[in-house]
Amino acid sequence: MSFLNYLINGVSLGSVYAIIALGYTMVYGIAKMLNFAHGDVIMVGGFVVFTLSTRMGLSPVAAVLISIVVCTCLGMTIERIAYKPLRSATSLAVLITAIGVSYFLQNLALILFGSDIKLFTSVVKVKPLVIADGQITITGETIVTIIACMIIMIVLTTFIKKTKAGQAMLAVSEDKGAAELMGVNVNATISLTFAIGSGLAAIAGVLLCSAYPSLNPYTGSMPGIKAFVAAVFGGIGSIPGALIGGILLGVIESLSKSYISSQMADAIVFSVLIIVLLVKPTGLLGKKISEKV
Amino acid sequence: MAMLEVKDLEVNYGVIKAIKGVSFEVNEGEVISLIGANGAGKTTILHAVSGLINKAAGSVTFEGKDITKLPAHKIVYMGMSHVPEGRRVFAQLTVLENLKLGAYTRKDKTEIEETLKKVYTSFPRLEERKNQLAGTLSGGEQQMLAMGRALMAHPTLILMDEPSMGLSPIFVEEIFNIIKEISASGTTVLLVEQNAKKALSISDRAYVLETGNITLSGDAKTLMNDESVKKAYLGE
Ligand SMILES: Nc1ncnc2c1ncn2[C@@H]1O[C@H](COP(=O)(O)OP(=O)(O)OP(=O)(O)O)[C@@H](O)[C@H]1O
Ligand SMILES: [Mg+2]
Repeated sequence: MSFLNYLINGVSLGSVYAIIALGYTMVYGIAKMLNFAHGDVIMVGGFVVFTLSTRMGLSPVAAVLISIVVCTCLGMTIERIAYKPLRSATSLAVLITAIGVSYFLQNLALILFGSDIKLFTSVVKVKPLVIADGQITITGETIVTIIACMIIMIVLTTFIKKTKAGQAMLAVSEDKGAAELMGVNVNATISLTFAIGSGLAAIAGVLLCSAYPSLNPYTGSMPGIKAFVAAVFGGIGSIPGALIGGILLGVIESLSKSYISSQMADAIVFSVLIIVLLVKPTGLLGKKISEKV
Repeated sequence: MAMLEVKDLEVNYGVIKAIKGVSFEVNEGEVISLIGANGAGKTTILHAVSGLINKAAGSVTFEGKDITKLPAHKIVYMGMSHVPEGRRVFAQLTVLENLKLGAYTRKDKTEIEETLKKVYTSFPRLEERKNQLAGTLSGGEQQMLAMGRALMAHPTLILMDEPSMGLSPIFVEEIFNIIKEISASGTTVLLVEQNAKKALSISDRAYVLETGNITLSGDAKTLMNDESVKKAYLGE
């Protein structure tokens, strides 16, 4: 029965990775860049909720909503100030800028909150589910995380498939010039993508901090890297790929921690990534990216 | 007043001067051809007109408004559509999704449906394949889709960049018939073609472009009988 427990924990952790991976994958698909500051937006989301809810006693729901708004604005601002001027620069220049933004956010949090670990009060008020005569316990955080991930996936997929803005995103991801010729404002579309990705990062931050209630300025970096791996794993640019990659990664990590060794877990996760990329370089669901001029 | 007026247009790619002061105009209802050898600058001119690239000098006026500095996505709203070189359909989207993106600038759903019906009448193959991914269409079908997609915006002026490129003779014939239809329905056409003979045969006037300069212009019929044009572009 403990296997089922580990599996459920893995799916829950993987759901958080999947939500973060969506931001990576959408921004990559549409702006063709790796936004390495994405992980730190998670941390910002966490600190906003910590300040409003744990410290100031605001209701968790209000704190989460404000956190989403703050991160959405932050994402759009980062794009506007740091990345937009580099639209025609080399991808290396953009990557270095993204790393710079990441350090900037971490150091800003360091100045504002210090480096000590904050104890985050979970925002989830759902009762744990005990089944099979107490042999399996599913925490409220786990339930909320998995449900949130499913809802986000459904809403996002519908948005992209059914709305004009969603179709414009797909058009931009394939061919910016041709999308412009349809009347699509490419800059606005990229901005919208950052907004969605960063809003999701806030949600991921809250879920992550609720399940693992410690928060410091570096909280976002490891989950950020793992989610990036998940995005590559599933096929960067693909939304279902982010889901599958995220969940697989979470499950592999949880099972390795439980059955092999917690120190080795990350090494195992990255080994699996390398093997997948050797067999299928575009990731599990990745499409062949044809270079367009 | 001309519908489209290009004055002293210059375009540079870095230090390369691709267009060196080109002026031409397109009047409402006309079919105008721009002919020239590979690398003459035809695509560059169309990109400059539709706002996809920056101009180094000169001006572009469309329907009496200065659009020199306007970005491409705003120019589409004014009624100019551009069928780009190499089709550039959205390969991962279906035929219908591509066509709907063509109508991105429009709001009225019933009007869009009407235009869609018209496009399907001109290109029955597109209706047969409406749920197929655009990337899996044949080259000729992709060209039809690119044209249909541009027509979905209900343009007053349509720019077409080598619509017959790489197509079999039957498809070429079909594409040129459709250009004639488009013109007959009241849309003004600015056509860039390698197939100068065909292009001139359906055009009112034409401009001949040589390495960034217009060297010859006039009535399409006159140009067809011009000795230098015959030798350089008509293979006679
Ligand atoms: N992105 C670019 N960067 C640098 N030079 C370019 C670029 N695009 C075009 N050129 C150059 O500008 C000139 C004009 O190119 P353009 O594509 O407009 O020619 P074209 O008349 O459309 O040719 P074709 O018939 O082969 O399509 C060419 O010399 C080309 O090499
Ligand atoms: Mg060309």
